[in-house]
Amino acid sequence: MASARILQNWSVRIGASVIAAMVLVAVAAPWLGTVDPSLFDAGSRDLLPGQSGDITTLEGETLRHTFLMGSDSFGRDIYSRVIYGTRVSLVVGIATALLALAAGIVCGLGAGYLRWLDGVLMRFMDGVMAIPAILIAIALVALWRGSIFTVVVAIAIPEIPRVTRLVRSLVLTIREEPYVEAAIALGTPTWKIMFGHILPNCIAPLLVQGTFTCAFAILVEAILSFLGVGLPPDIPTWGNIMAEGRAQFVSFPHNVFFPGIFLAVTVLAVNILGDGLRDTLDPKMAKRV
Amino acid sequence: MYSFLARRVLATVPVLLIVAVLVFLLLRLTPGDPAAIMAGDAASTEQIARIRSGLGLDRPILVQFGIWFGNLLTGDLGESFYYKAKVATLIGQRLEPTLSLAALTIVIAVLVAVPLGILAAWRFGGWLDRALMGFSVMGFSVPVFVLAYILIWLVSLKLGWLPVQGYQRLADGAGPWLYHLALPSITLSVLYIALIARVTRASMMEALGEDYIRTARAKGLPEARVLVRHALANAAIPIVTVIGIGIALLIGGVVVTESVYAIPGLGRLTVDAVLARDFPTVQGLILFFSFVYVLVNLLVDLSYVFLDPRIRY
Amino acid sequence: MSVLEVNDLSIDLPPGGDRAQAVSRASFAVGRGEILCLVGESGSGKSVIAQGVMGLLPRTLPLAGGSIRLEGEELRGIGAARLRQLRATRMSMIFQEPMTALNPVMTCGEQIDEVLRFHSGLSAGDRERRILDIVSEVALPDPARIVASYPHQLSGGQRQRIMIAMALVLEPALLIADEPTTALDVTTQAQILGLILALQKKHGTGVLFITHDFGVVAEIAHRVAVLRLGELVEIGTRDEVLQRPRHEYTKMLIGSVPTLKPHGRPADPGAPIVLRTRRLSKTYVDRHWLAHAREVRAAEDVTLEVRRGQTLGIVGESGSGKSTVARCIVRLVDPTSGEIRLGGDEIATMGAAALRPLRRRVQIVFQDPYRSLNPRRTVGEAIIEGPLNYGVSRAEALERARKLMALVRMDGAALSRYPHQFSGGQRQRICIARALAMEPELLIADEAVSALDVSVQAQVLELLEEIRTRLNLAMLFITHDLRVAAQVCDQVAVMSKGRVVEYGPAEEIFLRPQHEYTRTLFEAAPGRHFAFGST
Repeated sequence: MASARILQNWSVRIGASVIAAMVLVAVAAPWLGTVDPSLFDAGSRDLLPGQSGDITTLEGETLRHTFLMGSDSFGRDIYSRVIYGTRVSLVVGIATALLALAAGIVCGLGAGYLRWLDGVLMRFMDGVMAIPAILIAIALVALWRGSIFTVVVAIAIPEIPRVTRLVRSLVLTIREEPYVEAAIALGTPTWKIMFGHILPNCIAPLLVQGTFTCAFAILVEAILSFLGVGLPPDIPTWGNIMAEGRAQFVSFPHNVFFPGIFLAVTVLAVNILGDGLRDTLDPKMAKRV
Repeated sequence: MYSFLARRVLATVPVLLIVAVLVFLLLRLTPGDPAAIMAGDAASTEQIARIRSGLGLDRPILVQFGIWFGNLLTGDLGESFYYKAKVATLIGQRLEPTLSLAALTIVIAVLVAVPLGILAAWRFGGWLDRALMGFSVMGFSVPVFVLAYILIWLVSLKLGWLPVQGYQRLADGAGPWLYHLALPSITLSVLYIALIARVTRASMMEALGEDYIRTARAKGLPEARVLVRHALANAAIPIVTVIGIGIALLIGGVVVTESVYAIPGLGRLTVDAVLARDFPTVQGLILFFSFVYVLVNLLVDLSYVFLDPRIRY
Repeated sequence: MSVLEVNDLSIDLPPGGDRAQAVSRASFAVGRGEILCLVGESGSGKSVIAQGVMGLLPRTLPLAGGSIRLEGEELRGIGAARLRQLRATRMSMIFQEPMTALNPVMTCGEQIDEVLRFHSGLSAGDRERRILDIVSEVALPDPARIVASYPHQLSGGQRQRIMIAMALVLEPALLIADEPTTALDVTTQAQILGLILALQKKHGTGVLFITHDFGVVAEIAHRVAVLRLGELVEIGTRDEVLQRPRHEYTKMLIGSVPTLKPHGRPADPGAPIVLRTRRLSKTYVDRHWLAHAREVRAAEDVTLEVRRGQTLGIVGESGSGKSTVARCIVRLVDPTSGEIRLGGDEIATMGAAALRPLRRRVQIVFQDPYRSLNPRRTVGEAIIEGPLNYGVSRAEALERARKLMALVRMDGAALSRYPHQFSGGQRQRICIARALAMEPELLIADEAVSALDVSVQAQVLELLEEIRTRLNLAMLFITHDLRVAAQVCDQVAVMSKGRVVEYGPAEEIFLRPQHEYTRTLFEAAPGRHFAFGST
């Protein structure tokens, strides 16, 4: 069946494995040779990758520590910060995708089924989509003060119209299918048609859209942090690390490259997973972008 | 045809109105007091009160909107609190660098992506196709600022071919202008190329699968003609559409790119204004960008008239 | 010398298909001025042969053996350049779907001009003259306007004429026609067939005509070749193959072709009326702000009756409104005005809630078997959905489904399988079972057999007959195919442009049509004078 086909697709395998690895890293962060990411030592500033130096714990002890990815200008261990940053990115990515999907499904079903709602809602969505997504996210996070919750909501909001449009168009096309008309002739009530016929046939495209939303969210969160308008600097995120490291870039590029690589690899994996899912689940969609 | 044109133009009006309302509401969604936030932590109550009345925040919300909207219609986007200048003036000053960057990026992207997409679709499944799809996924995935740093490290620092930062006005000479813009445009165009190439490929593949291509081949036409006059001519609409929609990505990318390459354009202004909590400027900029976006997409829609005779008649 | 000589041609299929080769060792020839019809059901490989001759096959369908000689020249392996030279100059092809076979963004004139530009050395002025000539030759009125028009501004029949013009402008020796009239209305089909015959006679073109419609074969073929699963099973003159077929398969096919003579079974005039419509109308209004509202009268003043145990056929071409009437009766669409009486109940204006209990009395089977079943649900789930809506217990509904499967002559084990595991004909049976699960009084078949092969069609029609007699159902049978109508209908209503133009017992309408449109319709039926024999 479909699930077997999905697992055989190379894109799905590669994407899913990398993401699974990232999840493991995120969960196992404390045991991967890391220290508390906020710890620093003035004596260990700007160390190159692989060098060792001192680090002062919260209790005041000084430990000898190998800085696998070097240290930043405060003397913090980049490796630990990058590993802990994985948590933030994954949480933001998945939460945003789930939120955007949930809201989009509700709006899309409403717009597809209730004619009076359709016109008003879609005009509104057009308006939201007319504002470039990053700007909405920047403005909202700036207004609400960064925290994971606000970042998730701020990034989800510009994605909701996209999901709504998708669900709405799916509803409108599936409604025209003869098997839905047959269900009406058989006396099936509207709600049963919606949940029994329409939604199940929406799952595949929504899953694909969800992965792309997740990738988008991880990217935007990083951009927000990088620009300094995202999560507060005490929470380690890949964007934050890069933001702090940019001033030193010319002499100490490792500040920017290590988190950058993790970011690129993660987003790449999610996108590849999405491509693979799309190719296996819905060949018709493979023709659209 | 004229009814189509008229309908499309008029259809943008409600969208623009909603954008205006949304932007207006956006800045009043803050949980705290906007005036206090703008004034900063060290401000006194009188300063905050002055800001509040200066912005009209003490009036009822509908009145505020009325005044703000009225100003909007006359081109007055408000006054920047931080820069102590009119927002519209600020935008005017910073427009050129952003426009240059965007224009150069679009030109590079379209000139590279469209032919690549056509070739990939024509030789579907071949090495070019797979390479392009691979490149395209990476182009989406590697964030603009990461790519920027990689390119800076490689091209500016290691090879020394292009400068790390900065911008030269066009009026000071096309050479230096291009010299400073080359790396930023190339960086930004990667994302845009990935998007356009993908859609070009998909759209061409769809066109090449249509019956009229079979007819064209059955007529014994040379393959080049089949690809261009038959396939591309029909694939053009989705391609042009995505160039328009991609502007939104471009705007986001501009904000980041200007930040990395220290280009004094509208993107930098946005970031600075947000960090300074300068709401009027942020508001004005979001409005400006949105209007540009809606306008570009309107032009794209209007271009359909030339691309598809079914719309004309 | 033959124009086309095909010997032992084999074409491979990609691995994983239902057979190894699309075409196996086919041999036939088309002489100068001769029309050879290649007949077969879907999947028989006839289109593959046509495209193989033209060199249009994708790389996944390679030529595996045999030879193709066009006017003596071997086509296999001649190279792309020579193949391009030969196309349109010595051999041309026209296709099935005129709607999509023309480039929508080029004018018709430009598309014909292309052929001349790339294959002849004519000057622009000469080309223009030649184009106007050929456009009048294909009987298109006002050639100058047609030449400047875009395909979407023309009708299906007109577009097919443009295709023919493009194909014949350089007077090739061979014309390959791949189901060129299948997508056209009966009357348009007759015109196009007539045009092809006339042009072919005038220019002495050899024609390889591909079709699945034996009526068309009877109408135009000189010789006939029958294909089955990639193998040529029989070839001979038209009369030989259609009246004295030798191969079992051919005999079966010919036997499945319904005649145009009404069945003549007696119908009880006193049977109770199950459905009656009076002045049923449906008008679609296209309201667009800034443009004038456009009205489309899909159905107007339609009055008919169906009695228990009898079949009323609604016959008409596309756009005649027959499907609209069916959808109004099932209330998939709300009628604009008029009455629909189902038994004693007036249902045209009923609200959704009041309508629900009455829905079970009318059920419908649609045209496209591939879209009529939810691909994510098992067959069993599909069949019991209806009864479950009306309070029947799951166990009882499943029992009913099992019995229905037997009635439609399918295996009970099919209930746990998914639609994609079945063929078109089998899916249609499942849809019939689903409709019958509601125990309706009236069954509507909306072009229910139009998408099926002729042999499968015969089986499904037989099944519907059996069901109708066994359950004493009233049936409303919608079709554009006159032969099918003749076979199943007791009463016939002929519709054109939304109105019923003639209405009466089948025998009356078929043998003594009164209305001009009805007469045109019958005259256009291909092969209507032909007596298909078997044994």
